[in-house]
Amino acid sequence: MNALANGMSYSDLFFITLPETILEVISLLVLIVDLGLLRKSSQATRTTAACVLGVSGSVAAIAWLLAHPQAPSIADGALVATPLVAAAQIGILILTALVFFLSTNAKFSRNPGEFAAIVLLGTTGMLLVTAARDLLVIFVALELLSLSLYVLAAFAKSSAQSADAALKYYLFGGMSAALMLFGFSYLYGLTGTTNLNGIAASLATEAVTPLLVVALVLVAAGLGFKVAAVPFHLWAPDTYHGAPAPVAALIASGSKVASFAVLIALTGGFIASPAYLQGSTWILLLVWMSAGSIVLGNLGALVQTSVRRLLAYSAIAHAGYMLLGIAAHTEQSGAAVLYYALTYALTTVGAFGVIAIVERSAGSDRLDSFAGLSRRNPLLAGAMLIFLLSLAGIPPLVGFWAKFNLFAAVLRSPSASHWGLGLVAMALGASAVSLYYYLQVLKRVYVVKPIETEPLPVSSIELATLLAIALAVVLLGIFPSLLSAWIPLG
Amino acid sequence: MLAYTIYLSFAGALVLAVLPRGWARSARVFALLVALCGLAVALAACVSAGAQGSVAVADVAWIPAMGIHYSLAADGISRVLVLLTGLAAVAGILFSWNIGEKQGDRANEFFAFFLALIGGVYGVFLSVDLFLLFVFYEIAIVPKYFLIAIWGSTRREYGAMKLALYSFAGSAMVLIGLLAAYATAGSHTMNLHELAQYPFPVSFQMWAFPLVFTGFAILAGMWPFHTWAPTGHVAAPTAASMLLAGVVMKLGAYGCLRVAMTLFPHGLDPWGFSFLGMDSWRTVFALFAVIGIIYGAAVALVQNDFKFVIGYSSVSHMGLVLLGLLTLTQIGLDGAVLQMFSHGILAGLLFATVGRIVYERTHTRDLGLLSKLQLGKAMPFAAWLFVIAGMASMGLPGFSGFVAEVQVLVGAWQAFPWFAIVAGIGIVVGVAYTWHAMQRAFFSDLPTIDANGAAVPIPEYEPVTLAEKTGVVLLAGTSLLIGLYPRLLLDAIAPAVQALPHALLTGGRP
Repeated sequence: MNALANGMSYSDLFFITLPETILEVISLLVLIVDLGLLRKSSQATRTTAACVLGVSGSVAAIAWLLAHPQAPSIADGALVATPLVAAAQIGILILTALVFFLSTNAKFSRNPGEFAAIVLLGTTGMLLVTAARDLLVIFVALELLSLSLYVLAAFAKSSAQSADAALKYYLFGGMSAALMLFGFSYLYGLTGTTNLNGIAASLATEAVTPLLVVALVLVAAGLGFKVAAVPFHLWAPDTYHGAPAPVAALIASGSKVASFAVLIALTGGFIASPAYLQGSTWILLLVWMSAGSIVLGNLGALVQTSVRRLLAYSAIAHAGYMLLGIAAHTEQSGAAVLYYALTYALTTVGAFGVIAIVERSAGSDRLDSFAGLSRRNPLLAGAMLIFLLSLAGIPPLVGFWAKFNLFAAVLRSPSASHWGLGLVAMALGASAVSLYYYLQVLKRVYVVKPIETEPLPVSSIELATLLAIALAVVLLGIFPSLLSAWIPLG
Repeated sequence: MLAYTIYLSFAGALVLAVLPRGWARSARVFALLVALCGLAVALAACVSAGAQGSVAVADVAWIPAMGIHYSLAADGISRVLVLLTGLAAVAGILFSWNIGEKQGDRANEFFAFFLALIGGVYGVFLSVDLFLLFVFYEIAIVPKYFLIAIWGSTRREYGAMKLALYSFAGSAMVLIGLLAAYATAGSHTMNLHELAQYPFPVSFQMWAFPLVFTGFAILAGMWPFHTWAPTGHVAAPTAASMLLAGVVMKLGAYGCLRVAMTLFPHGLDPWGFSFLGMDSWRTVFALFAVIGIIYGAAVALVQNDFKFVIGYSSVSHMGLVLLGLLTLTQIGLDGAVLQMFSHGILAGLLFATVGRIVYERTHTRDLGLLSKLQLGKAMPFAAWLFVIAGMASMGLPGFSGFVAEVQVLVGAWQAFPWFAIVAGIGIVVGVAYTWHAMQRAFFSDLPTIDANGAAVPIPEYEPVTLAEKTGVVLLAGTSLLIGLYPRLLLDAIAPAVQALPHALLTGGRP
């Protein structure tokens, strides 16, 4: 802990946090521009300006990370910068930029400047949390992320659903943050350090005590909430349903990636020592959470009539698959989880983009609003086809490859020998079930005759963004090695 | 060269998908051209390769980190099945020539899905890398759903969803087995031949074999997992039922042979104990196959929907394929592969007759109603066509079905005499249901006078079109040709069967 305060090289700190700094500066700039310069301008101009600034901030940060993927870590490894971390951060920034692109036509708020600023703050939290290797930094960054998302979820002030979404998200989130902090405090008490490496070193020499189990359960509760894993998933359907579409996309994408990055780091920290390899409490917890999420998520999604809720339950199921990779805790499985999280997030952002457009015209996200989409807008329908089939894990789309890579890594993990095959079999069986509900949406899109027949208008920027995402989903599926320079495969 | 069958089909599907709506008529011509090119390539490859063994087609490192290659190769079995796919594709398009005549037919989309499905099927038959094979296998699932759900008839959404879920469940089982094999071998390769070299522990093979075999056999319509097949066939539009019975069910049987049996041959070994007379997975699956033969035939006998008759007959015929595979003898395996080809052609012909030529004109498939229509007089072409196709399908010498079924039965007689007898009875029931359906649909002797004693006029239907005639000649001609001179295909199949892993051909024997 002392290392945080003392002996820190400020030039290193500047170097390693420059992407976050860029986002912070831009978020202030957005506020100045929107509230100062453009106060008298039309809503459309203000929205465009805010989104352009947000995207340019993300792009600048991406450019920096591309040029400097590696940096010396600071404060005894409280913040690290490795290519893998940079890959996750770049992924998060791309997701944020996509969310900005998809909010250019959003009508849910009259304060686009504040919206963009808070999105950027949340993204800062995501970037920090991905790089953090110290309990305190992790907690602070997660809170920055969560608080931003609570505010964003409530951003549609005239919508009761939005308020409902935010309240549920906030109550569950506040509770689990408290639990996690409590767990962190026990961990600190047991080991005398907040640094993950230090914790791992200290735990390696100690036997498992009941107190440690309590600490781990509490931490699992906190992170389980962030990734919407059973039994901490209850907020997800309501929040996905009520929050403005771009915000739901952000919660489902960037926030997921960041939380899984933390889980990968934590798991590596807790059980880097051989004593914890076999059947440790932490692994057992993760396996149970994973199994529960896979079953409940897939079964819950079967009966949904709202497409957003359907995606929320499917998100729970996907979190379950990814938790398997966390529980396998090898280097490959960690990389595979990151790959899965990033590509899943990309696909989900696309799906929410389509939902937002349909919702704007039909006024609801019920399955029936998608009827005949293929005749009203074939391109949009094609994009939705690609997103949902990728989520279902149909080759040659990236979702299939991500699943294959993840499950292969799980089966190869030495610590997964007891449960690996059974759970992978269950996950694959469950993904066969998942095809049913994805096809329920696609059936509306392609098979059912439309209620309205006039073409569905889409702004060119939204359409271009969605097609770009669809293209990326296809290309990454056909050439999975494209990312292998950043995220090692196999 | 064979790889172009895949590329052409996918490229064709892509072009059709982005073609403007109004170009329905050009769409079908374009699709036909693409399918013809595919057939030409397949035929040329078959002729030029002759009796050669496996010919490598392509091999490019695809995902080097995991040892996954884009590698295609074709041995005799693959070439025969690729040829079948080409024929079925051309015939399918010829028999869907009426799609695009009306507004709102969505002909572009129909042919796009059709060609995507064909491309996936070609890919499966040519893949050597298991990952690649699986990718193509799954690519073939989704278009089937849309073909049935959008353009189908009776309970189409139900039939389509059932088919998609069964297929996907089967492929999930296959994927579990493949992943486990990949992780167990630990050698970072998905190449079929390299993985087959790895000595998987017998205990591993004992659970992996039934899993993967069942996964593929679901698509081959193995009893008791066949229920998707009749409903799917009945719901599907004609071209899709032709493909479904003609080639998609072959994917399953091909996977059983190429993946499950080749990779885990010791899964066929005796368990070392006997339970209810079952002493190995081989006997269990052979029993399922025989039950399928009898059950499919018996159910076909009592159907009232003409298409259900053909649908259940497919289950019965695919049972023969599986039985042939499990004999593990040269003649039985030859027969199984030939039966795949033969059934692909004949099922296509039967579905075309029932679904396109009869149903599109009479708008009913109810045998009770059809029997009042005097179809034998109103549609002599259809009647004679069904007689020929039915005879060929029940195993009349001179057609491909006979050669295939005899070989399967001889092989089965060597391996499981009792099963061979029961399967023989199944073939007799096959004669009965074909006869029964033929008689009710075309040659009914119901009185042709109405209540007042006046003669009921013979209904008039549109004449049979040129596209239909061409398709009929193509399929029936092929069946006849193979029936008269089976060596055309057997010369390619037999060496490929001989080249199967030794452990497979001696499997099941201690």
